[in-house]
Amino acid sequence: MHSDESATDHGLAALGFSSGQAGDPADPDTAPGGSSPRASAPRRPAPPKRNLKSRMGTSDIAFRWFTRGGGLLVLALEALVGSFLFFRAYQALHKAGWSFITAQAWNPDGGSFGIAAVLIGTILIAVVAVIVAIPLAMGSALYISEYAPRALKRLLTSVIDLMAAVPSVVFGLWGAFLLQWHIIDLSHWINDWFYWIPAFHVAGVQRGSTQPWANFYTSSTFDAGVVVALMITPIACSITREAFSQAPLGEREGAYALGATRWGMIRSVVLPFGRGAMIGGMMLGLGRALGETIAVALIISPVYAIQPHILQQGTSSISSLIALKYQEETPFGVSALMAAGLALFLLTLVVNLIAAQIVARSRSGAVSEV
Amino acid sequence: MSEGHVSEAVQTVTGTTVPQRSTSRRPPRPRELSIIRMGDVVAVLGALGAALATTGLLWTEVAPFTSALGYVIVSWLVFVVYYAVLVSLDENRPTMRDRVAAVVVNSLAAVVLAALVFVIVYTFVRGWDALVHTNFYTQDLASVAPLTPLNQGGVLHAMVGTLIQTGIAMGIAVPLGLVAAVYISQVPGRLAQLIRTVVDAMTAVPDILAGLFIYATLILLVTRQYDGIAASCALAVTAVPIVCRASDVVLRLVPGSLTEASYALGSGQLRTVRYVILPTARSGLATAVILGTARAIGETSPVLLTAGATTYMNYNPVNGPMMSLPLLAYSEVQGGFAQEIARGFGAAAVLLVLVLVLFLVARAIGGRGPGQLSSRQARRRAAGSRHDLARMQRALSASHPGQSPALGVAYGATAPDFPGANS
Repeated sequence: MHSDESATDHGLAALGFSSGQAGDPADPDTAPGGSSPRASAPRRPAPPKRNLKSRMGTSDIAFRWFTRGGGLLVLALEALVGSFLFFRAYQALHKAGWSFITAQAWNPDGGSFGIAAVLIGTILIAVVAVIVAIPLAMGSALYISEYAPRALKRLLTSVIDLMAAVPSVVFGLWGAFLLQWHIIDLSHWINDWFYWIPAFHVAGVQRGSTQPWANFYTSSTFDAGVVVALMITPIACSITREAFSQAPLGEREGAYALGATRWGMIRSVVLPFGRGAMIGGMMLGLGRALGETIAVALIISPVYAIQPHILQQGTSSISSLIALKYQEETPFGVSALMAAGLALFLLTLVVNLIAAQIVARSRSGAVSEV
Repeated sequence: MSEGHVSEAVQTVTGTTVPQRSTSRRPPRPRELSIIRMGDVVAVLGALGAALATTGLLWTEVAPFTSALGYVIVSWLVFVVYYAVLVSLDENRPTMRDRVAAVVVNSLAAVVLAALVFVIVYTFVRGWDALVHTNFYTQDLASVAPLTPLNQGGVLHAMVGTLIQTGIAMGIAVPLGLVAAVYISQVPGRLAQLIRTVVDAMTAVPDILAGLFIYATLILLVTRQYDGIAASCALAVTAVPIVCRASDVVLRLVPGSLTEASYALGSGQLRTVRYVILPTARSGLATAVILGTARAIGETSPVLLTAGATTYMNYNPVNGPMMSLPLLAYSEVQGGFAQEIARGFGAAAVLLVLVLVLFLVARAIGGRGPGQLSSRQARRRAAGSRHDLARMQRALSASHPGQSPALGVAYGATAPDFPGANS
């Protein structure tokens, strides 16, 4: 590279592009100050300020308008999605009033419908997912950035990206046909020992009995949450890993020089440095978990009543409500679904905006995260 | 914090010792800290054995034996405790914590990896019965009842539908997303910032809302039918923010020195974007587009609300419902018969293969950072430079006949690095 650059200089000089010829001998920027080394030179009146406004050519103006048009189109599209949701949801919201927030049943044409049950179901599934995903995402991010052999790092990063690209229906099938039947026993075990915690209570199961548990534990919030956790782990992991691997080398070496073990170094340098990204990454995962549709719809059996017991069969979420109900609805029913969609939209929008803020603040400069 | 190496050589200047910086500016590499000792391995294995035995005892004697999954989890917890005790016998507290943390981190990473492998392998295992029949790839499901054996009927219609829908969707989303990404990365301003914020926010908005939007606008208000174009639109609505945001990230990675060099040589914004920024970011953009496609191909929920489900082949995206692979997988397994479930998993496996192929292609293209060229690109660029050189020489020798030999020598050396030469 270096030899090439000097050669470039020669070439440019041969073409007459050398800086000596091109430069203006009377530098207008230093002249008005008067404190320059050339102060002894006869003073000239301060030259008028140069007009630095650039005048764009036609092609550049056209380019700018073209790209601006593309940007505005995207903006308009996104605004259209949002405003149309508002517009169509208005009819249902207007009719239901506050009962839309408090009612649990979903029977728009019968007059009683509300998102209390589905909203709480959505949030519970997302919370379970985030709680399960936090250790998985943090552990794999720490492993890739701190523990993995250097040769493995790239491969593992790709594997995590691949996991993010696996279609949700594949995760859903796995959860519905394999995981939830194997997790029954774990659910039962948790219920057996921790039934005194309200969330782990399951109605209708006696302690120590050997009933057919499948009727009680399958299709639960917990099952759906675990599957969704696997889907949001790669998102949180890749954001966190990036922040971890950017932790400054000087501080790392400093910690080692002061006698820290590897874990001591991680605790005192890497984790504080990546804290913002950890929180932001998990929030992004939470946003994804709130909106996950197909995997949840495949696993849960819908119940339109508030279900606070996460191990118990039957729960519901806004997105699966839309997926399961859209076809059988009258125009007013679609409006009600739109209102539910609007609630989900606002919820994820708030979560995502907060997450984006945290992630953006935690990182220095732009980094790739596809 | 300065990271430069301070070399051993010390130069004395007027009585003061000035450390001389070494000329090599290679980035410092982190130290290799992994030392595996015999005692560590023995401690891990011992703790593992003890944990498995203890949990076995607990499971069979104290609490009734229930599940393999619970057994694994409990023995892992017991293992961590045993390992901590074992290590603390002959190491101090910080070392013990270090070892335990390493074990925990390693096993968490292993769990994630194992889960991914399980998900992929299980899909292929359950779909295997359907996947081994060639008719699975060459027929549709038009004449197939739920209990029809697997040697009749296939998912060809869904494959074709997926390709058509994704093709149209990406045909809409890629140009739109790319142009918007060029705008927000190259024309800074308040509007660009607004678009970036909105796009960022829309990236993670649930994809079912895109389906619901298209269902309530295009289908209920305009076409009044489920069809391929509605599904494509729903997919495009999902994919636009993804493509736009990923491309924006890639475009921002183009080194500022290249852009400024281009402006300094007098080219305008259009030329800079066309000849410097886009070629530099090409591999990253390709990766962004392909990964966006992989996401779009696997989306079920927008398609569920807009495409309608059919069992027959439909090549026409504007007339009648059109099946796609994720939708087929979703709807087949709802039936519950063994053949339907096998078909559903088979469709999911085909979908997974599509995603894997796209992913590998993206990795093959996008392994390099911006500005790093593959050998073929470098050759092409050098050839372009040589072409430019010849052109300049001709022009020069026409006006100044004496100077051409010196120019030839100088440019021959610089040819591969001449900016924007691959036009």
